[in-house]
Order: sequence, then C-alpha cells, then structure tokens
Amino acid sequence: MSMNPIQPAQPAPPAAAAPSVPVQHKETPKASDPYKADVGHIGKSVQIKGELTGSEDLYLDGEIEGTIDLRDHSLIIGPNGKIKAGITARDLVVHGRVEGNVAATGRVELRKSCTLIGDVSTQRIVIEDGAFFKGAIDIREKDAPKTEARKPIAVASSGMSSGSSSGVASYNASSGSQGSFLDNK
Amino acid sequence: MSSSGNNLMRWLRGADKPHAKAQEGAKTAPRTQRHCIGLGDFIRNLSGTSEKLCVLDLGPTSPTNIKLLTELGARVYNEDILRESQDETYLVKREDGSMQIDPDKFFAENLDYPAGHFDAMLFWDVADYLPEALVKPLVERLQAMLKPKGNLLAFFHTKDAGAESLYSRHHIVQKDMLELEPIPGFRLQRIFNNRHIENLFKDFASRKFFLGRDNIREVLMVR
Repeated sequence: MSMNPIQPAQPAPPAAAAPSVPVQHKETPKASDPYKADVGHIGKSVQIKGELTGSEDLYLDGEIEGTIDLRDHSLIIGPNGKIKAGITARDLVVHGRVEGNVAATGRVELRKSCTLIGDVSTQRIVIEDGAFFKGAIDIREKDAPKTEARKPIAVASSGMSSGSSSGVASYNASSGSQGSFLDNK
Repeated sequence: MSSSGNNLMRWLRGADKPHAKAQEGAKTAPRTQRHCIGLGDFIRNLSGTSEKLCVLDLGPTSPTNIKLLTELGARVYNEDILRESQDETYLVKREDGSMQIDPDKFFAENLDYPAGHFDAMLFWDVADYLPEALVKPLVERLQAMLKPKGNLLAFFHTKDAGAESLYSRHHIVQKDMLELEPIPGFRLQRIFNNRHIENLFKDFASRKFFLGRDNIREVLMVR
C-alpha cells in the first residue's frame, strides 16, 4: 500500500498566471436525459377531444377524450390524468383515471392511485395494491393475434363486440347431482 | 322481509351505529390467512382444461388473484360489485320516502355481459354485504352469465360476529389458501342459512357445502 503523505497547502497561483480559457457551463447530459428529452408532456390543464397519435413517449396529465395511439412508445398517465379513450401503446403506466380499452404490446402498470375501467390486453401487467380495476385482463403471448376487446367504452357506447368464443369448458364437477351435502373441514 | 322487520334486525345487530365499529376494526385488523377447501376445488376445476377460460372476480381488485388466474391461462374479469352498489346514482325514492337501490339502473351499468360468457366466478362473501334489493337479481344474473357446468364459489357467514365480520379483499395466495385484507366501510347485512342459500341458488345444478371453523360456510356451485 502506498502512503500519501499530507502535502502542505500550496499557495494559489496568481490570477494573471491562469490560462485565459473561457469557462463554458455546458451541462453534461445524464444517462436519463436523452430519454426525458424524447418524452412529450401534456399538462394537467390541457383538454383534448379527438385522436391523439405520436411517435415518442408521452406523459399525460390532462383530460383526453377520443383515442390515443402511440404504438411503439410508452404512455404515462399522471395522477391528474382523466382519459376517456381507447389506448394503444407499447407500455402504459396509469396513476390517474382511464375509461377505455387498453392494448399494450409490452407492459401495463396500474399504480395504487389509479382507476381503470375497461379491458386490458397486454403481455405483462403489474397491479399495485389499491388500484381499482373494472374490466377484463387478457394476457397475450408475444406475437399472438390480438383478441377483440369486449366493449369499446369511450369511443362507442353500443353493445358488445365480442362474446364467448371459447367453448364450454370440461369440468370435473358433478352437474347432475341435485341438492347439497355438508363436508366438515 | 318487511322494512320494519329489516330495521328491527339491523337494530338488533347494532347496525344503527353505521359502520363505526366495523371501520375501526378494519383499520386496525391485520391481514389473516385461512385454508379454503372450496377454493382448492375451484382452482382444480379451472386447471383441468387447455381452453382459455373466462373467470369473473366479483370482489375488490386483487393483484395476486389476477396473477394466479392469468398464470392458469384464464382471461380475468373484475367487477367490484359491492363498491359499485354504494354509488348513490343508483338510488331511487320509494313510496315511504326511503331510498333504495334500483336493480335496473344498477345492472344497466354493471355486469353487462352476454349469457353464458363465464366459465367460473368468484363471488366471495359479497352477498352477505349487498343491499337487499340487489341480492336476488344479482344471483339470477350470475347464473345467466355462467356457462353450463361453470363453477361459482361463494362464502357465507354463519353468524354475525359484529366488528369481526369485516368485509375483506380476498387474495389467493395458494391454490387452497386465502389472505383476507379487511376493507372498512361495509357492514354485514344478513345471515344466510343453508335453506336460504339453496333457495337463492336453486337453479344451479349442484351445490357443495364446506363448513369452516371460522364461521364461514363455503359453497361451490355448479350451473
């Protein structure tokens, strides 16, 4: 181990001797900055009615009514976000309120403060304790064909668009026996 | 039961002190676990098929239930019926001036699924806490939405244990083990005995009862 004896403080060189290189305050980008730079932001006072499409990640804290299509990008619904729209995105994180069907090719996260009313079709889902969810969750395998959403809530309020495509499941339970019997645990 | 009879029963159960004790209990009560034979049978029946099943969970959203059921390959539907029933927009004024939930209004916005859509349903103990006017229409609707041979798992309290009869979120932690997370704000409304249950679910093909030591009667019904 090499010892570094404490050096006595050197006197500062005179200012005149300092090289006259102009100091530039250029911020070095952090690792996360390039990502942040590509994230669009819609604030909580913004209201949009219509079709919202984009080719960048989006943070959405306002009110949207219509459709949201981000395909290969991420969408974050902030705590003030109120969405009445069908959503298509790669990844979705919900803190606020969403009424509409969600189709994600990647991952859906429902945070504890969120309310989601609609059907979710995704490869992976994370639901925090406290999140309110009303609808169906369909976990799709990669490259599996999309299943049709049951009821487009926000876009059209007409009847069901899908039904029970699967046949009757084969159960082991005895359906023929009437009456009841008691089993003590 | 008549309205005065209901009031008397509620008074006897101490329901006139609305939810105060139950809420207090729920805030302090820890999560508990209970072994559940009916659930074991229910899950076993779900596991025995390669088809994509549709399962309806009628309790509060439980991430663990969704995880387990989707891992079984099922499409999971969640409708927190009891919470929805607290929505005042479904209330109508009766002739005597009191307010009552209107089943038609309620079902116009809840449980709007085609007949025979579901392979299985988790009803938990919701029926014990629901407003009286909803119980029978709800059971009829569930039966209609369930496929023939579909399973429905329900729990019923066998006695009113007061503040201990807390409404709970049911988390399936193992295939025959539940974790109960107390939820404040709800009070047991009634006690069903075996006869009541058989009458209420009379159109189901079979009913299998499991009586627990913790004052819970599990019933696995097959349509």
